[in-house]
Amino acid sequence: MAQPIAEELAKKQRAISIAEFFEKNRQILGFDSAPRSLLTAVKEGVDNSLDACEEAGILPDIMVSIEDAGGENVGLVIEDNGPGIVKEQIPKIFAKLLYGSRFHAIKQSRGQQGIGISAAVLYSQLTTGRATRIISKIARDKPAYYYELIINTSTNEPEILEEKIVDWDRSRGTRVELEMKASYVKGRRQSVLEYLKSTAIVNTHARLTLVEPDGNTIVFERAVDIIPEPAQEILPHPEGIELGTLIKMLRYTDRQKLAPFLRYSFSRIGLQTAEEICKVAHLDPESDPHNLQLADAKKIIDVFKKVKISAPPTDCLSPITESLIYKGLEKEYSVDFIATVSRAASVHSGHPFLVEAGIAYGGSLGKEDRVNILRFANRVPLLYQQGGCGITHAIENIRWKNYSLNQPGGSIPAGPAVIIVHVASTHIPFTSESKDAVADVPEIMAEVELALKDVGRKLKIFLSKQQHLSRRREKEEIIKKLLPRIAAKVSQVLDKPTPDITPIVAKVMGNLLVQRRVSKNGDGYQVEIDIRNYGDAAFAIKLHDTHQYPVRDAHPEPKTISMGRDSDHTWKLNLKAGERETIRYHLPFVSEEEANALPGLIVEGADEAMVNGAKAVRGYVDE
Amino acid sequence: MSEQKQQRDKVAKKALLGIIEQFYDQFEHQKVPNIVMPTRTKANIEYNNDSEVWVYGDSTSVRSAKTVKGANQILKMSYVVELLIKEHLENNRGSTLRELYYISENWDIAKFNEQPESDRMIEDLEIISALQREYFHMRPEEDGATLFGSLKLKETTKRGERIIHCRDDVGEGGYQIPFNVENVEFLEHDAKFIIAIETGGMHARLIENGFDEDHNAILVHLKGQPARSTRRMLKRLNEELDLPVVVFTDGDPWSYRIFASVAYGAIKSAHMSEFMATPAAKFIGVQPSDIVEYDLSTDKLTDQDIKALHSELSDPRFDSEYWKTQIQLQLDIGKKAEQQAFAGKGLDFVTQRYLPERLTEMGII
Repeated sequence: MAQPIAEELAKKQRAISIAEFFEKNRQILGFDSAPRSLLTAVKEGVDNSLDACEEAGILPDIMVSIEDAGGENVGLVIEDNGPGIVKEQIPKIFAKLLYGSRFHAIKQSRGQQGIGISAAVLYSQLTTGRATRIISKIARDKPAYYYELIINTSTNEPEILEEKIVDWDRSRGTRVELEMKASYVKGRRQSVLEYLKSTAIVNTHARLTLVEPDGNTIVFERAVDIIPEPAQEILPHPEGIELGTLIKMLRYTDRQKLAPFLRYSFSRIGLQTAEEICKVAHLDPESDPHNLQLADAKKIIDVFKKVKISAPPTDCLSPITESLIYKGLEKEYSVDFIATVSRAASVHSGHPFLVEAGIAYGGSLGKEDRVNILRFANRVPLLYQQGGCGITHAIENIRWKNYSLNQPGGSIPAGPAVIIVHVASTHIPFTSESKDAVADVPEIMAEVELALKDVGRKLKIFLSKQQHLSRRREKEEIIKKLLPRIAAKVSQVLDKPTPDITPIVAKVMGNLLVQRRVSKNGDGYQVEIDIRNYGDAAFAIKLHDTHQYPVRDAHPEPKTISMGRDSDHTWKLNLKAGERETIRYHLPFVSEEEANALPGLIVEGADEAMVNGAKAVRGYVDE
Repeated sequence: MSEQKQQRDKVAKKALLGIIEQFYDQFEHQKVPNIVMPTRTKANIEYNNDSEVWVYGDSTSVRSAKTVKGANQILKMSYVVELLIKEHLENNRGSTLRELYYISENWDIAKFNEQPESDRMIEDLEIISALQREYFHMRPEEDGATLFGSLKLKETTKRGERIIHCRDDVGEGGYQIPFNVENVEFLEHDAKFIIAIETGGMHARLIENGFDEDHNAILVHLKGQPARSTRRMLKRLNEELDLPVVVFTDGDPWSYRIFASVAYGAIKSAHMSEFMATPAAKFIGVQPSDIVEYDLSTDKLTDQDIKALHSELSDPRFDSEYWKTQIQLQLDIGKKAEQQAFAGKGLDFVTQRYLPERLTEMGII
């Protein structure tokens, strides 16, 4: 009798190592095209160096050197001045996938799964058959260790090809040399150069040096000498915890009683909250967490949502800060205006996060192009899948016309601007393993929108001020230079007296024009005062005509106050845009000389720059 | 100075002073100085049924001193008008467009930044005043073309009046058309028609073969795209002497445009069309159908030629059965021919066969 088929099949079934899995699925980790493979390797190496330096309180000084290694291969060297790696750990860190210090900690960090650099080592050996060489030194008086490593893909364990102590003229740091099938590209967004530039913008404390294959060296100098506060590790927050996770925690906890388990396994659960949760869930605070059933775990999850629990602590996050984003943008772009904002922390699915944003405008940036978007997650530039990223979608949701930027087709705005968005979180919800794009998490998108609207408002204020100034300058040019010359030239050609350009000046400026005319009338003089509003805003003013002569038949009637020898005649006037008013009165018994030498009119309640033909004084005028 | 010229100067001065007076009045009436102009775009060009030429339409735009650009233009216009009145008209002087640009060097902020700007200003003044630049003594840069034939005329020059016979008193180069055709008075002629010729080679061929004497023709050399004075001369000969005008060019799209500018006016100078275009002018050749009929030696149409022919198919000036058939034929055969291609049939072919046959066909001889 034949064996059952299942037994036959069972012979072929066996576990596969993570290394074997990625050997076959390297595109998941970002090693698909030749240019991208190099970029991914650089990114993993530089991220590790930055994280290590920050944790050790060292100002990072990182060198990336790329050489042409013949054929389709390039050689990559990444060297840092970080804390170094202890001898025993070197093989595992570089030649074992999923080995790392950050996976189990809840805090903001660049790398998380411990795949990055070992994936680069794996890719290198797969495409060139070469081992990866590492030198690391942890202190000036300690030896520098040299390793040549490959990964045994069937066991996911490091294989040491060579191990020795070497001379290394550094006091401390790590150097990794890889050779891989890859290519160095320039002049596009997804390039090593642009990646380092972006990294330099949000890591203003780092000095990054790039040596290109032709020997050309580019240094992104640091702007500050302050190392960012390292993020703190926190316990998981009850909000957003999943049922399976809770069951796992209950089963493997060291605590013997439920209430202390809750209190010491989660952030933001104190003595009272732990008691309250147990009470609402009808569970005994003294019960052994190991004995709880599925139904009990479900109850606890439900109660987490009902009981008020404070938001997670945010010292686990390490924002770049408004001033450093400003410095970073200022350092790498030549622009006219920068606005930045760092928002307060918020929570998505129990993970604290915060959003920072900035806009750089004008200067040498292209006027017609789409705005350049710089996306960052935990200080790491995101270079691929811009169109599929929640940050981009949030940018597209904003109506940029309201903030003085064009938005052709309602998508990414256009204009001479760079938009920068940084999302920091203990858990960034990426759309895929290669960590290129942030998922469309509503809480994150809402924060991105609020941050950008904030800097957008500042941009709009800046631009409208600029516009107002340039309009004002233009009008001044007309009034001071052009109009007087036109008037002089036309009167010269016609041989006539130069005309008075004051009324036209008022028209061009959009100002209030006050003109007084006197003409002989019977035994005295008739006075007419014209007040015209050429502006597009209303004026509420008091007009003062102060002199010693008695006024007759005034229309409209003034309010007259005696001031010793003189009398002050005042009219209260409200002139809407484009309106005109004429005041008429009669001066009996004055001579021509007296009538033509009346003191100047005074306008109260308008800015000096806004009045022509009268003196303006500030003052309060009620409506 | 002839009485006619004095009269014209008076008209010009009055028109120019009117512009300045308008600005002055605007100051006096407390208006921001401004001037209304026809909009000078393709969209504002329309066919005038009475004069049968293309002129500007009703759309206007205002240049106002409310903007820096408008104020600048009005200031520059005031300076130019002053020059035209005080130097040109009152002192009987003249300048070229290039000279005007250099003269403005001394005008401080009113100076022109580049010559096209001052050229445009003269065009503006032509449009506003409805007078040609010749009235303002603005001379063109280029030489006028030449005229050869049995025509006696009187030209008023700076050095007095000259009576010239355009065949007997001139060399083989012919009579040079002056920049201001208005200074010419036609005295007598025994011509039956005028033939305007694009290229120098063909012009010389007709003179050498005595075509003017054999057929009582006046030969006008267009020298490529004809100058204003040449077009004005053709119009005056056509209207005042009642002589038919035929245009003889190469057989390619650019030459058809030369014909169109003679017959219907150019878009760039639509304000002058009624003054310079000769709607009665007829195209004599080289026709695309001649290329086929006489099996002329040819060149292949370039991509630009083909593009130009297609654009002519949608050009209202070529919207006739004749042109549509000819242009379509040319596109079909993909060839173009020069006037000189007739030389392949013998040096006398064009004067003995082609032109007499065509002129008979067209009812001119």
